[in-house]
Amino acid sequence: MFDFIPEIPVADWVDDLTDWIVETFAFIFDPLKNEFGDFIEWIADMLGAVPPFIIMLLVVVGAFFITGKKFGLAAFSLVGLIFIENQGLWIELMSTFTLVLMASLLSVIVGVPVGILMSKSKVAEAIILPILDFMQTMPAFVYLIPAVAFFSIGMVPGIFASLIFATPPTVRFTNLGIRQVSTELKEAAEAFGSTGAQKLFKLELPMAKGTIMAGINQTVMLALSMVVIASMIGAPGLGNPVVSALQRAQAGAGFVAGISIVILAIIMDRYTQSIYKKK
Amino acid sequence: MPVIEVKGLSKVFGKNVKDSLKLLDEGKKKEEILQATGDTVGVNRVSFEVNQGEVFVIMGLSGSGKSTLIRLINRLIEPTEGSVMVDGEDLAQMDKENLRRVRREKLSMVFQNFGLFPFRTILENAEYGLEVQGIEKEERAKKAKEALEMVGLGSYVEQYPNQLSGGMQQRVGLARALANDPEILLMDEAFSALDPLIRKDMQDELLELQDSMHKTIIFITHDLDEALRIGDRIALMKDGSIVQIGTPEEILTNPADEYVERFVEDVDRSKVLTASHIMHRPETVNIEKHGPRVALERMREEGLSSIYVVDGHRNLKGYVTADDASDARKKEIKDLNEILRTDVPKVPLDKPMQEIIEMIYDTPVPIAVVDGEKLKGIIIRGSFLAALAGEGEVKSDV
Repeated sequence: MFDFIPEIPVADWVDDLTDWIVETFAFIFDPLKNEFGDFIEWIADMLGAVPPFIIMLLVVVGAFFITGKKFGLAAFSLVGLIFIENQGLWIELMSTFTLVLMASLLSVIVGVPVGILMSKSKVAEAIILPILDFMQTMPAFVYLIPAVAFFSIGMVPGIFASLIFATPPTVRFTNLGIRQVSTELKEAAEAFGSTGAQKLFKLELPMAKGTIMAGINQTVMLALSMVVIASMIGAPGLGNPVVSALQRAQAGAGFVAGISIVILAIIMDRYTQSIYKKK
Repeated sequence: MPVIEVKGLSKVFGKNVKDSLKLLDEGKKKEEILQATGDTVGVNRVSFEVNQGEVFVIMGLSGSGKSTLIRLINRLIEPTEGSVMVDGEDLAQMDKENLRRVRREKLSMVFQNFGLFPFRTILENAEYGLEVQGIEKEERAKKAKEALEMVGLGSYVEQYPNQLSGGMQQRVGLARALANDPEILLMDEAFSALDPLIRKDMQDELLELQDSMHKTIIFITHDLDEALRIGDRIALMKDGSIVQIGTPEEILTNPADEYVERFVEDVDRSKVLTASHIMHRPETVNIEKHGPRVALERMREEGLSSIYVVDGHRNLKGYVTADDASDARKKEIKDLNEILRTDVPKVPLDKPMQEIIEMIYDTPVPIAVVDGEKLKGIIIRGSFLAALAGEGEVKSDV
């Protein structure tokens, strides 16, 4: 069917585009790859150099206070972290944590302003929404390919891919949170002569804070899942033992690494949740 | 001297504004324009003047365009046509910067659902108008406190809005509007969300404040009784147009057309006023806490011959008489239940006065006004007659 239409070389075009971007923007990619990469590795190394029990202590005490002086999360964190250490995955844990932290941080730095822009302009919303859909539904592996082209292998392409995959929830929730502020409150802000910036910072962002934090929580979770996938392009961390267990059909090793990821996910999820649920 | 002059102000919502305006010129009605162009006429060629120190009430049913009109005045909604002159400046033509300046210095607004920022304390809310002007923290706190004291909330500065009742929240709204000492107050159904008794208190308080402030006030309401109580002049709106402007007297005695007439013909007070309008705050005793001795003491203090009995949730239980209570004291009865009388004459909040007339002559005790089971107020014969005779305001200071 439709033989009269020759096959459109979309794949070739994208290849050409990627090559062109790599060559043209090498002056941006190279320092990112080198300096930023070194910086992240330095953080991961520093965290790895701290004795595990100090980090455990901080996490456990933090969990106790952040959940309103309850023992549940603190006990879980303690047992979970001791388990990971016991399985010899501590360094991997620190690398994964560093990657997730950096990816989430960048996602928030990019996502919140984009969300604000979207909430203020119907045109921006109409343009950005389909892009967000694209970013979220495209299979995550696909981002790894240009990421390697831009940044070769290692931590930086992992963060790049996570950034694309994990930013949408922050953008969406920021947009939603600001749009949900009631008309009467917006009118009140305007009626007293607020400038646009005053309205944003004195009313809309404080009102939307809870919703934005819910989006950031989602972003952290997505970044964590992506960071594991990024192990395929050499990003260090808990994903590595998973990938190598897969290749060697070692069910046990895969299970242990998988459980470690779940433990980290639960701790990070509860931490971010308790920030936005706090009154 | 007029402070505000509104001339030919119109608002058409929709996409074919030019066509719609032309149709308006041809004298077409709101529905006809909606059919022809798909546009909704919010406000249609409205003109009026408001003088310094005047309380100008814009009154109409829902959908009459009154809320749109008040937002056209401070341009929360962009006017389609016409001008709004404040001290000789046309707000409708102003650039954004000047508009902000006028909003900050001359116009303040009070909102139907209070429009308070829930994450700010009462003081911070009252400060908002000053804060956006960039006034120093200490000075704005001082002015905001003065405004809060004016409305009787001087000791609530550190509370958050959700810790206050509706009436108190609206006082904060009023304080916020007064803090930057504007010439003009725009009040959009400011008291409509409040309980009838509180609403009456707030109306009285606004009038009291107005006696000393002499602000120019534009007040929107759908409640004729409220309009008559507080308005120096009233504008009646229908389908986006003003059908009559005049003092309450003029509107009542000389309605401009059929619509106004229908509106005010019901101002046979016994039909318009309901139980909620003429009730007083009741003296009560709590059946769970108080005995005959307390009941007797209360009655003596207030000079009553009977007193209503409620439970901890203000549900009406009955009443006790002074005679029964003093008997009970002699016999050393501790429980109010033993002398409680339950043959209570009661009416719901929205019962028209006309239907209460029959009851008031037969009952030995005041009539209880209830909302479900809850006791909201009482009606005594004297104030009932006064209200019926149209003796102006019904006082609620018993």
